[in-house]
Amino acid sequence: MSENDLYIEGDPIRDEKAPEGPINERWDQRRFSAKLVNPANRRKLSVIIIGTGLAGASAAATMGEAGYNVTTFCYQDSPRRAHSIAAQGGINAAKNYRNDGDSIHRLFYDTVKGGDFRSRESNVYRLAQTSVEIIDQCVAQGVPFAREYGGLLDNRSFGGVQVSRTFYARGQTGQQLLIGAYQALERQIAAGSVQMHTRHEMLELIVSEGKARGVIVRDMLTGEIETHFADAVVLATGGYGNVFYLSTNAMGSNVTATWRAHRKGAHFANPCYTQIHPTCIPVSGDYQSKLTLMSESLRNDGRIWVPKEKGDKRDPRQIPEDERDYYLERKYPAFGNLVPRDIASRAAKNVCDEGRGVGPSGLGVYLDFADAIERMGEEAVEAKYGNLFDMYQRITGENPYEVPMRIYPAVHYTMGGLWVDYDLQSSIPGLFVTGEANFSDHGANRLGASALMQGLADGYFVLPNTINDYLSQGPFEKMDESHPDAQEAKEQVTSRIDKLLSIQGSRTVDSFHKELGSIMWEYCGMERTEEGLRKAIELIRDLRAEFWRDVKVLGTNEELNQALEKAGRVVDFLELGELMCIDALHRRESCGGHFRAESQTEDGEALRHDDEFAYVAAWEFGGDDSKPVLHKENLEYEYVEMKQRSYK
Amino acid sequence: MAVTGAILVLYLIVHMYGNLKVFSGQEAFDGYAHGLRELGEPLLPESGFLWLFRLVLLASVLIHIYAAVSLWLRARRARPASQRYQVKKRVHRTYASYTMRWGGVLIALFVIFHVLHLAVNVISPGGASDSPYERLVNGFQPQFWFVTLFYIAAVIAVGFHLRHGIWSGLATLGVNQANRQPVLNTVATGIALIVTVGFLLPPLAVTFGLVS
Amino acid sequence: MNITLRVWRQKGRDDEGRMVTYKLTDVSPDMSFLEMLDVLNEKLTLEGEEPVAFDHDCREGICGACGVVIDGEAHGPERTTTCQLHMRSFNDGDTITVEPWRASAFPVVKDLVVDRGAFDRIIQAGGYVSAPTGTAPDAHANPIPKPDADRAFDAATCIGCGACVAACPNASSMLFTAAKVTHLGMLPQGQPERASRVVQMVNQQDAEDFGGCTNIGECAAVCPKGIPLDTISQLNQDLLGSLSKGIG
Repeated sequence: MSENDLYIEGDPIRDEKAPEGPINERWDQRRFSAKLVNPANRRKLSVIIIGTGLAGASAAATMGEAGYNVTTFCYQDSPRRAHSIAAQGGINAAKNYRNDGDSIHRLFYDTVKGGDFRSRESNVYRLAQTSVEIIDQCVAQGVPFAREYGGLLDNRSFGGVQVSRTFYARGQTGQQLLIGAYQALERQIAAGSVQMHTRHEMLELIVSEGKARGVIVRDMLTGEIETHFADAVVLATGGYGNVFYLSTNAMGSNVTATWRAHRKGAHFANPCYTQIHPTCIPVSGDYQSKLTLMSESLRNDGRIWVPKEKGDKRDPRQIPEDERDYYLERKYPAFGNLVPRDIASRAAKNVCDEGRGVGPSGLGVYLDFADAIERMGEEAVEAKYGNLFDMYQRITGENPYEVPMRIYPAVHYTMGGLWVDYDLQSSIPGLFVTGEANFSDHGANRLGASALMQGLADGYFVLPNTINDYLSQGPFEKMDESHPDAQEAKEQVTSRIDKLLSIQGSRTVDSFHKELGSIMWEYCGMERTEEGLRKAIELIRDLRAEFWRDVKVLGTNEELNQALEKAGRVVDFLELGELMCIDALHRRESCGGHFRAESQTEDGEALRHDDEFAYVAAWEFGGDDSKPVLHKENLEYEYVEMKQRSYK
Repeated sequence: MAVTGAILVLYLIVHMYGNLKVFSGQEAFDGYAHGLRELGEPLLPESGFLWLFRLVLLASVLIHIYAAVSLWLRARRARPASQRYQVKKRVHRTYASYTMRWGGVLIALFVIFHVLHLAVNVISPGGASDSPYERLVNGFQPQFWFVTLFYIAAVIAVGFHLRHGIWSGLATLGVNQANRQPVLNTVATGIALIVTVGFLLPPLAVTFGLVS
Repeated sequence: MNITLRVWRQKGRDDEGRMVTYKLTDVSPDMSFLEMLDVLNEKLTLEGEEPVAFDHDCREGICGACGVVIDGEAHGPERTTTCQLHMRSFNDGDTITVEPWRASAFPVVKDLVVDRGAFDRIIQAGGYVSAPTGTAPDAHANPIPKPDADRAFDAATCIGCGACVAACPNASSMLFTAAKVTHLGMLPQGQPERASRVVQMVNQQDAEDFGGCTNIGECAAVCPKGIPLDTISQLNQDLLGSLSKGIG
């Protein structure tokens, strides 16, 4: 144990569940060694699933079908609205339908490398293995993937990968996959095997005798605080990108479920790993509520540039060719505009920091299709990108066929999340975490078209084959609301709500959230420094104190109260933000989406330190007035050789 | 709704054809009217076919009205008066679709009058007669402009009713595929126009003295 | 821009509602409609008045959560979702009337928020393919002609926002149901349950107190995803086929 001013280093941890042996046999082995539950006994075993996105709906549908007694909750008015729905690009699968050299091993290799050697080999290999079954499953549900004229499924290459393994449904792959999972879930609801509670938000986890045994939820229409028990709890609640206030996440996406579980003992792993997407529509004013992503396929034909001169406010069409800086093509001649997301994002930030950004705010770079239109013709460009151009025009009011688009990076995905073992079980027995809410498969950076793959792999195939090992010990002792552990959890919720409603200060919830977001973006965004992170931690602590002194939440608990909902979420973001900064501060290396200015090569590229940091940082909650405890899980690479990335 | 509507549309076309016989003179018109009674003989007794025909028509009308009323009641239940929009704009809907309900009521009232006037000879502006031709000519004399006006209004309502009714009936029967929609829209408008004009010609011809 | 808003305020499901007028100054034409409502809510909160409740989530036009009737049109004057509508579609000095979706099947919960659970129950009645996890054959086992796949996709883009019901003079949910019937009916995977699906889904929408379809077409005209009107024809065709086979 060692301690510094920000955290305590605790004992190392390891994943006890991943089998040894050849990597391609480990998943088989685990499925064999995991204890089964007799079908006749499943009805007696109850599972609570929080969240109905890809990872939650697929798990609920599958476990309901298997005969477990499933109860699900979502904060939206229908499970179909979870934010998985917004994923545009596609879903990877190692089908090798193109006969272009793809394989499970190659998808595994690309994912480990793309994650910058900060993910587990066993997990990633299983993800690649499962990818194949996902496509079969979704097609069987009626997901209308894009097809060729011969009637077979179309594939495309995505995110600079050299094989075509991405399945897609126009620009709405996430929507179609989610609707597939949603329909499977609704079928189980109709069959009575799944109880669905919409407009219910989980506000606390019930832990009893060291096991996760239930949740406290708030009925968002009536304000009733309800207690639900189960033999196991699954969190499929997505990522925490909204800690930045502005992100591509939905307005309601939040960290509350996972953060509350963290406070009850679940380790939070690698919270600082955030993916920042380079092609988003820039902020237009301080009223901005969210950022809209445009598929990065735009970078295949668009050229990114800024003026060479600082503060050049001319109409972009008036700026002559030799006064433009096509900075990605200049710095990365081999990959040009197609460099990975984190590099493209940071490069855009750097030119804007130099004062060469464009647009009213100076936070934007041009993405210019003039050359493409000249080369391919406007019609061909429209056929390829028409819907994206329309979207851009609708939001900005500018015509991208005539004026170059303006883009800027935005927070898109969080690779960090609750720590889980190979079974997707967190450090609290009986608490399982799936999808973006866990940390498991993407390491320090996620490949394009892999988020949907992971959510569905976890929900359809992994969890339903691992959770039985735990459930086979059940059913556990019956609990009711009078149980002290349940009462304590409920009391935590009600007192928090009462406090939020009683402060009646002078600032709105959103104003705090915006301020937190700008701190996070400034100091824990695309480029992080020791000095900045230390400052951010101070700022966040002050802001948190001010929040509890001066927030203004109107209305009562006993009604639909959207300000109260938001306030509860911001409370947790204010705590998470600090942990993210501590994690970013302790990781004195640059890897994947985490770039520490102190750790770069001479020409400004990310520099990893595998000798010191090839581990998962799993944080244990230390208490409100104590420091968090760091547990390191060592990462070993037997099948992929660790290399520094280079895109020169 | 669609099936009974289709029967009524077909009937209207035949009816219009009969009306237009007025331009071939009294003999042809009365002969046609009389001929209807003899249709189906000797298999059926005199007027047998006509009565069968009337039964089918009456049943169609009643079922059509029943269906219309239940749709209207359902719509009222689905959005009661207390839940009406304070501001509501028409985005796409045709004027014809607006007229379906009150237009339908107007048509129903007219049909009662019409049957009493020209078929049963109970109401007889301009004097009763055993000759349908004379009843027609008498009824639409210029001094009975109000009869003519009522007739015109009803026929125009029928036109609108057909314009949306044909389109809607075809959709209910499942034939409005996207690639057929332009054709079906033209067909609906075309039939509606032809029927409207076809029915307006005889009375207007009487009123303006072209037929006497 | 200066804007006058007339907004439906209703405290709860069983309370009386009314239109309340608010004035907003300094509205930017680049704001989305919902961001304009955010600005209103910040202002109301600081003045001590409860903010206006409205449903919204992704704010990129795909989740289907948002949706209000703006000046008499579902989702307002552009053919898109409310979140993708921008203030540049209005003029300085405009008075804008904002009302919730109106239908018995979508009861108002608070202000502009309605309960669209009826849509989920219509899907529960049959809007799925029964394909338990793990039972699927290889994805290429069933080639699907591209036109069929494309038509299925066009219908599958429905976001379940409810604008079709809101705009329909009969408050009918036919376009929503037809979109799902068409999506699954165009695919080989959807065939085994095709005949019973349409009957069950139509029965459910009747049970939910939606109005009957009279083929007016307001639904497709306001649909932010452009679900084609002829899906309703396809539903009717399937329905007649099922009824003639004695199913239902």
